[in-house]
Amino acid sequence: MDLNGSQMVIEALRRENVSVVFGYPGGAIMNVYDEVYKQNYFEHILTRHEQAAIHAADGYARASGDVGVAFVTSGPGFTNAVTGLANAYIDSIPMVVISGQVPISMIGTDAFQEIDAVGISRPCVKHNYLVKDAKDLPRILKEAFYIARSGRPGPVHVDIPKDVTAQVAKFSYPEKITMRTYKPTYKGNSRQIKKVVDAIANSNRPILYVGGGAVNSGASELVREFAKMTGIPAVETLMARGVLGDKNPLLMGMVGMHGCYSANMAMSEADLMIAFGPRFDDRVTGKLSEFAKHAKVIHVDIDPSSIGKIVDIDFPIVGDLKNVLIDMMPLAKDKIDSNKYQAWRDLLQRYDEIHPLEYSDDKGNIKPQWVIQRVGETLGEKAIISTDVGQHQMWTAQFYPFDRPRQFITSGGLGTMGFGFPAAIGVKKAKPEKISINITGDGSILMNIQELMTAYESKIPVINIILNNGYLGMVRQWQTFFYDKRYASTDLSNAQPDFVKLAESFGGLGFRVETKEEFDRALNEAVKSNVVCMIDVNVDRLEDVLPMVPAGGTLYNMILEYKG
Amino acid sequence: MMRANKQKTEIRRVLSVIVTNEDGVLSRISGLFAGRGYNIDSLTVAPVPETDFSRLTIVTCGNERVLEQIVKQLHKLIPTYKVIESGEFVEKEMALVKIPLNEDFNGLDAMLKAYNGTIANSGADFIVVMVADNAKRIDNFLQAIKKYNPTDMVRSGSVAMDV
Ligand SMILES: Cc1ncc(C[n+]2csc(CCOP(=O)(O)OP(=O)(O)O)c2C)c(N)n1
Ligand SMILES: [Mg+2]
Repeated sequence: MDLNGSQMVIEALRRENVSVVFGYPGGAIMNVYDEVYKQNYFEHILTRHEQAAIHAADGYARASGDVGVAFVTSGPGFTNAVTGLANAYIDSIPMVVISGQVPISMIGTDAFQEIDAVGISRPCVKHNYLVKDAKDLPRILKEAFYIARSGRPGPVHVDIPKDVTAQVAKFSYPEKITMRTYKPTYKGNSRQIKKVVDAIANSNRPILYVGGGAVNSGASELVREFAKMTGIPAVETLMARGVLGDKNPLLMGMVGMHGCYSANMAMSEADLMIAFGPRFDDRVTGKLSEFAKHAKVIHVDIDPSSIGKIVDIDFPIVGDLKNVLIDMMPLAKDKIDSNKYQAWRDLLQRYDEIHPLEYSDDKGNIKPQWVIQRVGETLGEKAIISTDVGQHQMWTAQFYPFDRPRQFITSGGLGTMGFGFPAAIGVKKAKPEKISINITGDGSILMNIQELMTAYESKIPVINIILNNGYLGMVRQWQTFFYDKRYASTDLSNAQPDFVKLAESFGGLGFRVETKEEFDRALNEAVKSNVVCMIDVNVDRLEDVLPMVPAGGTLYNMILEYKG
Repeated sequence: MMRANKQKTEIRRVLSVIVTNEDGVLSRISGLFAGRGYNIDSLTVAPVPETDFSRLTIVTCGNERVLEQIVKQLHKLIPTYKVIESGEFVEKEMALVKIPLNEDFNGLDAMLKAYNGTIANSGADFIVVMVADNAKRIDNFLQAIKKYNPTDMVRSGSVAMDV
């Protein structure tokens, strides 16, 4: 079959079962858009900014587990997409992003809208391609999807010059793929697995340190089973929220900078750390020389470079967590006695009782934490919660009762303000039966506010809940704690849009909320409305996220209460 | 336990990296080193005869943890086929040195012999000598040759073969 480069793109997406593409057209990618117009295999959602297109594809991928796909044009279209690529890369999210490029004959001439796109994307993606000949396109697209979703997932960028999108060549899409140079390891070493089970059986204070790899591997059920069978308490990273389920008595909560006291103490006092796909981020470990210093460390990860990168590992296992757990389970069943850890569990329970995760509610002011709890009580499992970045993000991680993986969609490694709204658009496309909520801040929401238009036009009823504290709150909190309350460029209270009118002017619904009753009413109406909504909640301005491990501090030495 | 700073001491290491010979592969590798703050003492690259692979010989240094990461990060690049780091290497580097003809060449012959050297070229008022040896000995040679007041010196960087 002979096809031109643009038709090949459409055909490849069809064969990869892509059902939605997010994107924004322009000169260099117009040939592809012409074929998008003619086809009806997938839906194309026109975002109103390329960054949002990438975040939407990212949100789609996080919610569904499938590869997210986006199209952008050359030059500024591509550079606008870079933040989205970096964001997906550091959180290991599978995506294929296709950009237009100037024709091959013009590459290197500083042509109109020419930029070295693969040069720029190289450190922000798992792999990238500049396509020089249409005959290579079928293989490259097949590889792109394969690389994006296999091993440690990640975004793949394919840059296609305009003449290649018009060039006709033979199209034969490879059925299967084998790459000589890229072969992820899926199965863990069985001798090492035996050793690990022995190490666990011999330990007295083991802790499961569960990271985003557990979500990517689809291993949540097995992790829950493993924890239950062995009676080993667990902590979750930000990226793993929902893996164990909030009702799980073995879950000590989130670990790290804004983690629970009991979770951080568990890490500090454990004699064996069992790391299931985390990456020892500095926001989790704090000061390395004090991190889990009594513990031997087991690390299961599909990416060998993740193992031993930050801390020395006593028992490394390279493999897919799901496979490793399947192999581990029968051995663990024979050797590990959950009764042995009763005293340890009791101790952690006591830590949790001494310093539970809490806030003091207030009759007058709405506390931001209350809003999140309330959304949790009202919508619980029915909602998928995206967030932006800041205090509201941490409170969401702390106070929303996440019950399953892929229910919490947040920018972990990059901390990208502006992620939440477009991501929530992607989430709704992936899971139309769920309510897609974006919990955001008065700072963050303005970073992709133009997506109100996308959500309105494409009938994607995302509910944005703005925890409006009139501050770039997280930065303000650091200024309070560490900069003597010099609030440099963080007070937003004197210059805010009317969020209600703003939403309405884009065809959505807006609500201003000053009381708890108003919030309940607004949420209820928003859920019923089936149109994009903004609920602007006036919350207590000076609430801090606590507890807190200051950057570079030790996990066992948290700020539990701020005494100004 | 000093788990945060495994080995403070810097170690020199020669890595032989086999990659598919495709556009941009060198920039992936040099970008990896630059982006993650790894050292490159020297880097040479050439096609592997009768294959579609290239071989890069990279001389780098760092503590044990850094070197381990360098190898893993190189492996992680999609076009990387193999990273050879340990075992026995034959390592050679070449140097060219231009010496003005008005120098007294007493002893030069013996010195060239000791470093597998020859006279590679000459002109009306200069000669160019060439030596091939391991990097440490090239250091020594370039030190010793200074007494002939060379006007130019060029080093190739190491090439290595595992044996
Ligand atoms: C793109 C980007 N720019 C800057 C920052 C630094 N930053 C982190 S949190 C934050 C404040 C966010 O304010 P808001 O969205 O109102 O959330 P709040 O903390 O008040 O809940 C800023 C500026 C960032 N994370 N991302
Ligand atoms: Mg704010």
